[in-house]
Amino acid sequence: MFDIPMQSLMAQLLVGLINGCFYAVLSMGLAIIFGLLNIINFAHGAQFMVAAFLAWIGFTQLPMLLGPEFKLNFWAMLVVAPLIVGALGVLLEKTLLKRLYHLDHLYGLLLTFGVALILEGVFRHFYGISGSSYDPPALLQGGVDLGFMFMPIYRGFVVVASLLICAVTWYLFEKTKLGALLRAGTENPKLLQAFGVNIPLMITLTYGFGVALAGIAGVLAAPIMQITPLMGANLLNIVFAVVVIGGLGSIMGAILTGLALGLLEGLTKVFYAEGSTVVVFVIMAVVLLMRPAGMFGKEK
Amino acid sequence: MQFKKLSVALAACAAIAAQAQVSDDVVKIGVLNDLSGIYSDLSGQGSVTAARLAIEEMGGKVLGKPVELVFADHQNKPDVAANLARGWFDQGKVDMVTDFPTASTALAVMEIAKQKNRIVMPSSGLATAILGEKCNALTAQWTTNTYALAAGTARALVKEGKKSWYFITADYTFGHSLEKDATEVINADGGKVVGSSRHPFPGGDFSSFLLKAQASGADVIALANAGNDTVNAIKQANEYGITRKQVVAPLLTYISDVHSIGLEKAQGMYLSEAFYWDFDERSRAWSKKFFEKQKRMPTAAQAGVYSATLSYLKAVQAAGTDEAKAVMAQLRKMTIDDAVIRHGKLREDGALVHDMLLLQVKSPSESKVPWDYYKVKTVLKGADVYPAISPACQVAK
Repeated sequence: MFDIPMQSLMAQLLVGLINGCFYAVLSMGLAIIFGLLNIINFAHGAQFMVAAFLAWIGFTQLPMLLGPEFKLNFWAMLVVAPLIVGALGVLLEKTLLKRLYHLDHLYGLLLTFGVALILEGVFRHFYGISGSSYDPPALLQGGVDLGFMFMPIYRGFVVVASLLICAVTWYLFEKTKLGALLRAGTENPKLLQAFGVNIPLMITLTYGFGVALAGIAGVLAAPIMQITPLMGANLLNIVFAVVVIGGLGSIMGAILTGLALGLLEGLTKVFYAEGSTVVVFVIMAVVLLMRPAGMFGKEK
Repeated sequence: MQFKKLSVALAACAAIAAQAQVSDDVVKIGVLNDLSGIYSDLSGQGSVTAARLAIEEMGGKVLGKPVELVFADHQNKPDVAANLARGWFDQGKVDMVTDFPTASTALAVMEIAKQKNRIVMPSSGLATAILGEKCNALTAQWTTNTYALAAGTARALVKEGKKSWYFITADYTFGHSLEKDATEVINADGGKVVGSSRHPFPGGDFSSFLLKAQASGADVIALANAGNDTVNAIKQANEYGITRKQVVAPLLTYISDVHSIGLEKAQGMYLSEAFYWDFDERSRAWSKKFFEKQKRMPTAAQAGVYSATLSYLKAVQAAGTDEAKAVMAQLRKMTIDDAVIRHGKLREDGALVHDMLLLQVKSPSESKVPWDYYKVKTVLKGADVYPAISPACQVAK
């Protein structure tokens, strides 16, 4: 088949799946925020980057400043960094975003875009642009020979962890009472408020949760990508395309499209590497022509 | 008495005449580079510091006139660079512009400088196109170029018996230029290129390309890219266990890149550089001054800005004027020898041919102090690594 050995094809598909996992987790966060808040969260990439930096700071900088007993390893940071980033998200929502809900989508987009530029600028000022390295935790270093490729254990872990996060989030929003309330809140907030549900709090926490998802992805990405102020911005273009293709606001759409596009991108790299960055956007154009609300989106 | 008066008057006239040779009563140098984007660590503010050090070394004056410095962010965009440079030449009294970490910006400014009779000295714009059909008499590509970098590394590895090569190339002019130049050297020395992949710029994830390179079974995986792309590719090559069987050879690596990768992952790699801070007494002394101001060791690009600025000012001094053609003629007469450039001769096509260094990255245990990253393997003579003058360059004919 096009002179590509089976072995290499399998390896590329696996790599595609790994990237797809990142797309899925990041776009799920975006989809949740858009679905419930109607905010296009352009700061998502920057929040992802901040979490990656926090992981690195906790591991290398904190012990240098405060002494070795303050070293926060990968596992601690997998919990702490998303909490910090999520809390910053809550702060952002409480102080700025909540003032914009009655305005057009565009204002939320502009505000979050500005926040992203500020965050990137601050990290660039302090840590430069070349970035820093972060090693996977000792437990997950090394790799296994799968026959068709050498699979780094850490990448396997990322796949498992991401799928788990996706499954839990989907269950939370689609199958629990809390999820039902959240969805009802977007449909008819006034009615729900009349039933005594604290809608503003729910919205705040949802934004915080969406941002924390970006945070988890950031910590997961830290050992794979070079940690630089621009790491999120580079990824965000594709993630937005994923969300649009999946259908803005659809959680399942974001997960499935994320994984599928990761695989598709992997395949493109095998057959025509130069097209690998474009393929996602070509798909986006085609989908928008045929289903303007996206694959899993509902027309409003 | 009469004679003494006359001689004083004559001397005064001569002084006025000499001063009149400096246009606008000031010698002004512009550093045009990336102050905020992906190349801001390898050039950026550090290049401005380097230019300042050169001006300080001249006492802030040349031919009795003050030397001034301006700098701006060209955002790696040729149109932005061209507009900034035009403003500098027309209203800003700028006589020479240096740095340009993106070669396309240097090419854009060269055209304007030629019309306005000003000098351009790219320190980090490395594409060989600057010396080819686009060459002009007022440009000096100061630090090095893609051919010399590729030649240093490729030749050393082929000689070690690493004959088959696979390229992972950034899909834009610079990457293509690096791949082409290196391929020429590899073929000439009896090696062969077994395949290549072109990755989008900037890249981010290199897994697919690395797996293809691994499957090719080539002795060497050459990286024809720069900055974060190189760093990510090396990091991921380690992750996939590729570095255990194959050699990964980045064709353009600045010390800031090695600093980001860390010695653990970069150790053993070969690379070529125009300058390394820990080469000898002179380079160490200058780098120490730089470090005090910048809190980082200089990259070759930044060191090149220092050398370009210093050489330019010395040439203005010696020529007795800042008129562009006279200064260039003076630069071509001089042997460039300072803390950064050794045995340098400026050729008609604008290439500064000088000694290059073949370096190997130290292991973490070999590194004794911060920024102690390289072993100097060989000093490569300029004549051995620089390409012949391109037939496309009309100035040289």
